[in-house]
Amino acid sequence: MKTTFSTQISEHSLIELQGVTKVYGTGSAAMKALRGIDLHISQGEFVAVMGPSGSGKSTCMNILGCLDTPSNGAYLFEGVDVGKLSRDQRALLRRHYLGFVFQGFNLLNRTSAIENVELPLVYRGVPAHERRESALRALEAVGLKGWETHTPGELSGGQQQRVAIARAIVTDPKVLLADEPTGNLDSARSREVMEMLDAFNHEYGITIVLVTHDADMAAYAKRIIRFLDGIIDTDEENGKML
Amino acid sequence: MLRETILLAFREIRRNLMRSSLTILGIVIGVAAVITMVTLGRGATAQVTSDITKLGTNLLQIRPGQHRHGPGGTQSTGAMFKVDDADAIAREISGLVAVAPMASQSTQAIYGNENWATSVIGSTPAYLVVRNWQLESGRQFTDSELRGGKGVCILGATVRKELFGGQNPLGNTIRLEKLSCQVIGVLESKGQSSFGTDQDDFVLIPLRTLQRRMAGNIDVSRIYVSAEDGVSTSKVEEDIQRLMRERRRITMNEEDDFHVRDMQELVSTMTGTTRVLTGLLGAVAAVSLLVGGIGIMNIMLVSVTERTREIGIRLAIGALERDVLMQFLVEAVVLSSFGGLIGIILGVVAAAIGARVLAVPFVFDPGIVAIAFLFSAAVGVIFGYFPARQAGQLDPIEALRHE
Ligand SMILES: Nc1ncnc2c1ncn2[C@@H]1O[C@H](COP(=O)(O)OP(=O)(O)O)[C@@H](O)[C@H]1O
Ligand SMILES: [Mg+2]
Repeated sequence: MKTTFSTQISEHSLIELQGVTKVYGTGSAAMKALRGIDLHISQGEFVAVMGPSGSGKSTCMNILGCLDTPSNGAYLFEGVDVGKLSRDQRALLRRHYLGFVFQGFNLLNRTSAIENVELPLVYRGVPAHERRESALRALEAVGLKGWETHTPGELSGGQQQRVAIARAIVTDPKVLLADEPTGNLDSARSREVMEMLDAFNHEYGITIVLVTHDADMAAYAKRIIRFLDGIIDTDEENGKML
Repeated sequence: MLRETILLAFREIRRNLMRSSLTILGIVIGVAAVITMVTLGRGATAQVTSDITKLGTNLLQIRPGQHRHGPGGTQSTGAMFKVDDADAIAREISGLVAVAPMASQSTQAIYGNENWATSVIGSTPAYLVVRNWQLESGRQFTDSELRGGKGVCILGATVRKELFGGQNPLGNTIRLEKLSCQVIGVLESKGQSSFGTDQDDFVLIPLRTLQRRMAGNIDVSRIYVSAEDGVSTSKVEEDIQRLMRERRRITMNEEDDFHVRDMQELVSTMTGTTRVLTGLLGAVAAVSLLVGGIGIMNIMLVSVTERTREIGIRLAIGALERDVLMQFLVEAVVLSSFGGLIGIILGVVAAAIGARVLAVPFVFDPGIVAIAFLFSAAVGVIFGYFPARQAGQLDPIEALRHE
């Protein structure tokens, strides 16, 4: 899998959407969530996606995350057409190249923080002791040293989201996709999370695509894309915005 | 990875301990029932088989009266035999080990203050041969005792115990109603028969003694014949039938007024019956195992629904369909095997207790235990597969959105 992707690396488009549409339902009930998206995201970018509710941000993130496929158009990940991959191949792509952070944290309940962080490594077949070390390092990186054995129920929202971030970066992914990661957090907690994402973008060169409603959060990104009714309304460098 | 999956299954089961226990209850009961039924059935069969040997192998029984199957049993319309009939059989029919004419009646055995209601059998030393009795101590009747109708007796183990307790009865004189007789021998115990009667509860005296001094006639109510090994009992049966028809002057178109019964026939019917019964009970138990399997499927489906979000998370971070399928399948198999294990323990214990209560031997069969265990694991695979596949095929986006 890995070799397939690396042989087709194209310098400037880690992610490339070509005329992507997404239609939910059929006939009169058909709902066009995306109506032709063209988008390039390069290695190491930090992109914020904004736009009103229902404008297709999450739909687009699901496609970028290989959780869903376009109805029309093509999604090329490192040049590979994701639409032509099988369900299992897409799962392997997620396993090896993508990390997710969700608004609702999506941690396993009644499972300790460290085990949550280890989970993606389990599916990668990493041996137990190596897994533990990596997970400890990831938790330390998000400032949760000493909280390893706590379950999500015993952690605050901000801490839970940091566990989720640790889980997303523990595999050292190429792309981290975060759909409203600060949506459930207060502004101080949100800023902590954003600073963390910013650091991972800087230090490890992880490409970050972040959906947010909050301009303060979007301000951390270097590029801001605005969605409107299933199309990209504006796509600008952050500097011009402020 | 499989190790992880098994550990995960154990943890998941422990988390829902109450529900897991209830889930496997069906399997536990099913397996326990199979083990108990089959073990007891095997025990009963073994009991019947061992009774064959105790009854005496190749044993034939000749009784006056017509043989009727079903309730009512034998009709005693035919005239009683005489000693001559037994002599004739011994003389004219080949391939026999021994022929024992006998008569019996119920009586009261008295020794000192001890009084015991039992039955008295009048016969010859051949009786011990055909019925496979061994003397524990003492001796057989002598010819002169037989011919003279002397007051001597051999005690069955029960009568000995009831009249003498721990004392040595040999040489002592007991009374059978008005007849005084000296104890010359004691028989080894055979214990209960599979029909539940005490085989050791009788006193044996010479046939002539019984006829002359107790019954006051010269009747023989039954003749036992034991055929040599390798001799066909049905051939002997035919020969006896022909001979007796002749002796009793039964014409061509008349029915027999006596009947010859092959003990082995009876015993094989009995074993056949227990075997069929074992099979039936086993089948019922197997059905309960299937019901247990459906219970597992049910709970696994509930579990998949409850854990939809968890499945979504796993799929999103890179679990393959088969990873999730394996996770749930392993969980179902661990559950059902665990149920099987508990069922085996319970079943073996129940069978051991049941064997004691029913007084049949406890026949432990590792084969049936292995089969029951494999079967319960298979139930987990079969009934766990559908829910597990459903889990693996969930759409990750839908699953993540699930509350
Ligand atoms: N699974 C679905 N089935 C039908 N319609 C959907 C589905 N998911 C999203 N939509 C619709 O698609 C549109 C875009 O949704 P979404 O991408 O979630 O918007 P956003 O994240 O920008 O708020 C909305 O109108 C929503 O109702
Ligand atoms: Mg959304």
